[in-house]
Amino acid sequence: MNIVSQAVAGTLESNDVLVQVGPSPGGIQLEVDSIVLNQFEDQIRQAVLDTARELGVQSARIALNDRGALECTIKARVETALRRAGEVSP
Amino acid sequence: MRRSLLFIPGNSPGMLQNAGIHQADALILDLEDAVAPAQKDAARALVRRALQALSYPGVEMIVRINPLGSGFTQADITAMVPLRPALLMPTKVSGPGDIQQVVAMVAQAEADSGLEQGSIGLLPLLETALGIENAYAIASCDPRVKAIFLGAEDLSADLQAHRTRGGEEIRYARGRVVVAARAAGIEAYDTPFTDVDDEEGLLQDAALARALGFSGKAAISPRHIEAINAAFSPSPEEISYAREVMAAIAEGQEQGRGAVSLRGKMIDKPIVDRARRVLDQARALGLGGDL
Amino acid sequence: MSKLVHALKDALVSAGLRDGMTISFHHHLRNGDQVLNQVLAQAAALGVRDLTVEASSLFDVHLPLLDHIRAGVVTGLNCNYMSGGIGRAISHGVLAKPVRFRSHGGRPDAIDSGRVVIDIAFVAAPAADPMGNANGVMGPGACGSLGYAMPDARHARKTVIVTDHLVPYPLIPASIPEDEVDYVVLVDSIGDPKGIVSGTTRITRDPVGLAIARYAAQVIEHSGLLQDGFSFQTGAGGASLAVTQYLKPIMKRLGVTGSFGLGGITGYLVEMLEEGYFTSLLDVQCFDLRAVQSIRDNPRHCEISASRYASPGVRSAAVNSLDAVVLGATEIDTQFNVNVHTDSNGLILGGSGGHSDAAAGARLTMIVAPLFRARLPIIVDRVLCTSTPGSTVDVLVTQKGVAVNPRRAQLRDRLRQGGLPVYEIEELKRAAQALTGVPRVVRPQGRVVAEVEYRDRSLLDTIRGVTGK
Repeated sequence: MNIVSQAVAGTLESNDVLVQVGPSPGGIQLEVDSIVLNQFEDQIRQAVLDTARELGVQSARIALNDRGALECTIKARVETALRRAGEVSP
Repeated sequence: MRRSLLFIPGNSPGMLQNAGIHQADALILDLEDAVAPAQKDAARALVRRALQALSYPGVEMIVRINPLGSGFTQADITAMVPLRPALLMPTKVSGPGDIQQVVAMVAQAEADSGLEQGSIGLLPLLETALGIENAYAIASCDPRVKAIFLGAEDLSADLQAHRTRGGEEIRYARGRVVVAARAAGIEAYDTPFTDVDDEEGLLQDAALARALGFSGKAAISPRHIEAINAAFSPSPEEISYAREVMAAIAEGQEQGRGAVSLRGKMIDKPIVDRARRVLDQARALGLGGDL
Repeated sequence: MSKLVHALKDALVSAGLRDGMTISFHHHLRNGDQVLNQVLAQAAALGVRDLTVEASSLFDVHLPLLDHIRAGVVTGLNCNYMSGGIGRAISHGVLAKPVRFRSHGGRPDAIDSGRVVIDIAFVAAPAADPMGNANGVMGPGACGSLGYAMPDARHARKTVIVTDHLVPYPLIPASIPEDEVDYVVLVDSIGDPKGIVSGTTRITRDPVGLAIARYAAQVIEHSGLLQDGFSFQTGAGGASLAVTQYLKPIMKRLGVTGSFGLGGITGYLVEMLEEGYFTSLLDVQCFDLRAVQSIRDNPRHCEISASRYASPGVRSAAVNSLDAVVLGATEIDTQFNVNVHTDSNGLILGGSGGHSDAAAGARLTMIVAPLFRARLPIIVDRVLCTSTPGSTVDVLVTQKGVAVNPRRAQLRDRLRQGGLPVYEIEELKRAAQALTGVPRVVRPQGRVVAEVEYRDRSLLDTIRGVTGK
């Protein structure tokens, strides 16, 4: 899937994460801010990269503002944002 | 047994991750009214990921999907069927034709995800005047329909009636839904009591629903579950009476008597059936000690 | 003879304030208190330096304290609790000398025994007369009990009553009696009533908190303690307070009449007193308006000093007659040690208060906490700070079920028989981590910024500073 526009998913409520997605010149550019960054930064990054790979997204700018979301929530929000910003390649 | 069915908004991570702790018999994960139109895709993804990742031991999963004509039904069904919820709840069901359309989509989704045909049951939500009038036809139109559910809020609006604490405006609809369900040999579930802080009103409403023959009742607040479970569980008095009935029947059979009476009242078949049902329920709930 | 002085500054001068002294404050005015700020501002204006502030608790309203620390006016700090704004600055090293944390019982013991010598006690008094008789139940800043101020007034070298509601002699009742008071000063305001007591303390609506509270009430029901004469304490926070709501119908069903409710008192306990579920309340601190009215009007609602509440050094303290207490935690470890001093990053945001005292005294100590907060599991292998030793904790109550300290095998069996979901604490830890993932353990590595003194006077733990954000 190609990321062709800007999109947002999720919220800043507790246990949720706000994900902003846009096109990137190359590769996945990932920015993570989280209230549990000290404890879970590696897991959060991995969850985002796994989701991008699952959707066949090779290049995108992805920014997270995480309010303590569980992994399944992070994956769901990233998936939603990517789908909203993407078009399936023909 | 579904005494209590708790609605959980489909796009709320905080509610979803703790949905299993409220002692509801079933959860209704809501993709419909609790989710804004622009967030339907987000809720679908969230519910899907949550059901894959989280476990809800001992709780049955039901997903409420968007009504035909909303443009979301097909996507909801396609996303939810592979997760094998116990039931899907189609909304604004007004006749057997609606069920047939949903059944076709569900059957296709089952085939696509390699599930056995008929794995996913339906719990139609009757919340229009036409739906209530067609209750029996809906309840009996397809073996996938496992129960029907009365939705009083939308129904009241459709009836141009006012929702009241006592529920006089839905008395007819309640009776109609129960009769239709029982005639079709399935269960009926009652609409939630929507005043979260009115404990007394909830108790009365739940007791009324049970007296009318509903098998269970929905809730929009976890705080209502305890009272609903209690209202739809056999009481100690009911259990002990049921035991007396069964003992009297056993004694009568031993003595070869045809007619048996208890407390001066003839015990006929309906009373025995009811006693059996109460004891079955009590056993399933672990109530009343050794049965 | 008159004890009345014209202004706060005169009181400081008359009481002989000078460099290096220890001055004390109580926290009954909580986040509405203005007296601590006013006194320190005057001390700074007088050019006094190197003071040690001996405060029962500090709230964010006291943030100006940090400026006095930076300026060298205050160089020592002892307290039982500090809110997050102050705590963060302490964790970041604003104060060179480590803070000494005590408990609500340990502090009066230190004062009563002379280990802590207070040079001047400043007692914020909602009502006082010109000879210094003072109480907390009258005036615009009424806060109810003045229990935490009592040991200070009794033992300080000088005691200054600061009030904004001066009444003719003699004020009755007098929580602080005139024989302990040296000076009385009338100020415009001792604090903002809105910050002193909440109109009503509200029980949580959070479904997780309610689920925990329901289990906690069931633990009490099946503990064997819920009989006539049952005594009870609960914190004012979320799930703790909600336990009261679930306990009441159980007491009603069983026909149990309790004896006393203890500690910080809320309207919910007042309601249970008035409805006959308890025969008395022993009150060291009022949390809401209903409690303030009750302690003023109801003779069965009794003000007690911090010493009588929880001191380990007195002949007997109320916590030692306590059946059950419900307490919170930011972390609890698999040895049942509880942290209420820091968050999961090690930043200070609390303190013992009466936590370790009630835990040590009560026959049944329950910790109520969710399995995780914002993805952070509450059950850890080792708490960042031991506030309350696990040997004094009996049951952890979470939304999934309860864990019983292995020391209490009989209690565990009782709870199982009562139908509660009983787990090993390790099982609950794993259940939480199955949802959250395993967090990286963050242990602050800075210098020691605070020491936690246990109620038996031993050093229970130290808290290290946090660098970065």
